[in-house]
Amino acid sequence: AYEHGPYQPHEPGYGLYQPGYSPYDDQIPDPKSRMLAIQNAKAYLLKSSTTSGLNLYDHLANTLTKILDEQPTNAVDIIENISKDVKWAQFQKKMDTLRDEHEILPTFEAAEKRKALFLKTNGEEELEEEIEETPLPNVMETAFYFEQAGIGLSKDESYHIFLALKKLVSVQPIQTCRFWGKILGLDMNYIIAEVQYHEGEKEEEREEEVIEEGEKGMAEVEDEDEEKEKEDEPPKSIYKPQPVIPKEENGTGANKYVYFVCNEPGKPWVKLPPVTPAQIVCARKIKKFFTGRLDAPVVSFPPFPGNEANYLRAQIARISAGTQISPIGFYQLAEVERDDEEEQGGGGDTYEENPDFQPLSVAEMVDSLSTWVHHRQSILKQGRCVWLNPFQNSEEEEENEEEEKVEDLDELQQEIGPPILTPLSEDEGIQNIPAWTAQLSTNLIPQYAVAILQSNLWPGAYAFASGMKFDNIYFGWGHKYSPESHAPALPPPVQAEYPSGPEITETRDPTLEEELAFKAASEEALDAAEEEEEEEDVEDDEEEEDD
Amino acid sequence: MEAASLPAALELVAGGGVGLSPEKRAVLGASLLLLQRDYRFERVWFWGCVQGLRGAYYIAEGLGPDRAAPRSRLYSLNCVEWSLLPPVTKEMVARAERLMGRFQGDPSFEYEYTEINAEDAERLFEDGKEPVIKEEARLVATIEQIDRAVGIIPRGAFVKTPLGAVHENRNFEGLSSTEAKKLSSYFHFTEPVNLKNKTLLEKADLDPSIDFLDSLEHDIPQGSWTVQLEKGGTVVVLRSLLWLGLTFYHVPMTTQYGYIYFGTGEKNLDLPFML
Repeated sequence: AYEHGPYQPHEPGYGLYQPGYSPYDDQIPDPKSRMLAIQNAKAYLLKSSTTSGLNLYDHLANTLTKILDEQPTNAVDIIENISKDVKWAQFQKKMDTLRDEHEILPTFEAAEKRKALFLKTNGEEELEEEIEETPLPNVMETAFYFEQAGIGLSKDESYHIFLALKKLVSVQPIQTCRFWGKILGLDMNYIIAEVQYHEGEKEEEREEEVIEEGEKGMAEVEDEDEEKEKEDEPPKSIYKPQPVIPKEENGTGANKYVYFVCNEPGKPWVKLPPVTPAQIVCARKIKKFFTGRLDAPVVSFPPFPGNEANYLRAQIARISAGTQISPIGFYQLAEVERDDEEEQGGGGDTYEENPDFQPLSVAEMVDSLSTWVHHRQSILKQGRCVWLNPFQNSEEEEENEEEEKVEDLDELQQEIGPPILTPLSEDEGIQNIPAWTAQLSTNLIPQYAVAILQSNLWPGAYAFASGMKFDNIYFGWGHKYSPESHAPALPPPVQAEYPSGPEITETRDPTLEEELAFKAASEEALDAAEEEEEEEDVEDDEEEEDD
Repeated sequence: MEAASLPAALELVAGGGVGLSPEKRAVLGASLLLLQRDYRFERVWFWGCVQGLRGAYYIAEGLGPDRAAPRSRLYSLNCVEWSLLPPVTKEMVARAERLMGRFQGDPSFEYEYTEINAEDAERLFEDGKEPVIKEEARLVATIEQIDRAVGIIPRGAFVKTPLGAVHENRNFEGLSSTEAKKLSSYFHFTEPVNLKNKTLLEKADLDPSIDFLDSLEHDIPQGSWTVQLEKGGTVVVLRSLLWLGLTFYHVPMTTQYGYIYFGTGEKNLDLPFML
């Protein structure tokens, strides 16, 4: 039993009180009472205040922690202030409501896309299979040769394009692929790949066919309505629209290759629709910058039948037809059986590599332009590479127009363009500017120089040749060069609403002399008539008198 | 662009597809330095290349202590030997403006006037000058036109001292990404034309040491500049549509900027139809 205590041996009350006589003997002085006293004291300290919700225990702990952390001088003198500060700090939120959001810059997203190009996709074939013949062109090699002339993109960009082409080749069933070039635009640029599908691959044209059928159905319905209203009709317009020249089949002529574009390497490739002759004819008359968005409208006069994707495709077709060249002898005409009777002029457009090609020296390639040939068919005025008479298949037209059909047939003459593989020396320049400028890449080391041709008609089109290798490329804004300013087409003259003829022409008002003459003549007639009447009256009177 | 930063700069403007061959790049590093030594320029800028039919002209500009003073211009056919071009006069510019068509590539070629009316011919004969203009004169007049119309710098890159001289701003740290996309952050580096027409309210916000030039915002026609982010958004590239071939680049938040011209030296008069 402990008295008054429990007193520890070192405490002054130790041993003073004998058991049974201390004033606290009636309390419970068990061995754990010290602990209990501590617990009670702590419980009291932990009691939350009813007004502020704080408790003394935490507050003292915080205050002491703060003092020990900061170790201010003369802490005992400012203890009340410290205590007040700690209490005040309770009301400050630990984090500011205004936080700087980590900016997700668009550059980061772009970097993600570019990084994705470099990742190997899952489930890819073994390395050995990849090294087989692939349609992927060696973009870096071509870039190297063009770089010798100062043409080309930075190596980074070329490599990105290389990888983007690889992605394209792995996704689409492609037989040949080529980096065609880059066309600059206002908001974004276009990177263009020229592609040929495997033979026998049907492309997704079914959507377009469905749309055409739908339109025909509509036209039929309209005709029926018109027949019903044959009673009071306004005069039918005699406007006959120009016959629509059908586009060339995919795989021939201007649609020989399929083009894919993307804005930046890393972005998905989009296929451009095939080009129609109407689009090419219109594209020759307008000159607009590309915005970089394929669905942007092309606002122009004459109105362009399509949006920017079509305009881009038309320009690509024109540039390709005009500037895709190769050293003479590299390609030779392929022998193709021609069953169609419609093959008029333009001797086909199939060419194949000549296995016996002997490259000329680079100096010869630069000296004269007859060492280069066009290997793409040129586009005729009609907008096609192979001329087509638009009136041949028009059997569904009304019978009234047969006479006029015959007349038109006589007027339309077949257009023939230069055959494939004509040398460049036949190219016409503009005014006194030759169509091409030929240079060596370097004059200092002619042994390893590369022959470079720049087009003056299509600024931005380049071609190089060195030994067995050659290639074409385009870097530019996509427009033809013209020394005169672009003069947009004027609107056509106002059409006559009706044919002029005597029944609707106003008669001329009579002049004064004519009127007087007429008056005089009518007076004479009147006098003559009055005389006759008088005679008749006299006769009548006489007759009456007789009776 | 600064001769010292030429290699890096050429990488950044290569988006247009035209640049310099490795041979030219290698020789320019040396020959521009020699230019600086021979002509005692403080700065040498490689201005660009004008493509002629038979050859190309490579142009360099030398600047003295006042960066806004008229610059000396030199041309070379091979980037090794440089010749000084005559200084430009207004009359030269007026005559050259009437010439259309490509440069020939031969500096001594003489253009003959074919379309001048009787009054001009008389005036010219009275002055004792013949109605021909040499390609050199046309070249320097074209360079002057291009510099005046589309030679641009970022805002804050140059400061004007109270005495009127213009120096590079050593405190220029580059435009921020948001600023770099706005046309108002770029100035024409030539005598300002529109500055005095600004209202007092606008002028109050301007800093006279930095905003002493015209910005691109009010260029006519609107939209004659394309602003693009290239290389994944790390470089801002401005291309002029009035003079096709002028490319300006700037890496935001760094001091790298400059402009260069690779083109045929012809003004794009069809611009209003093409926009």
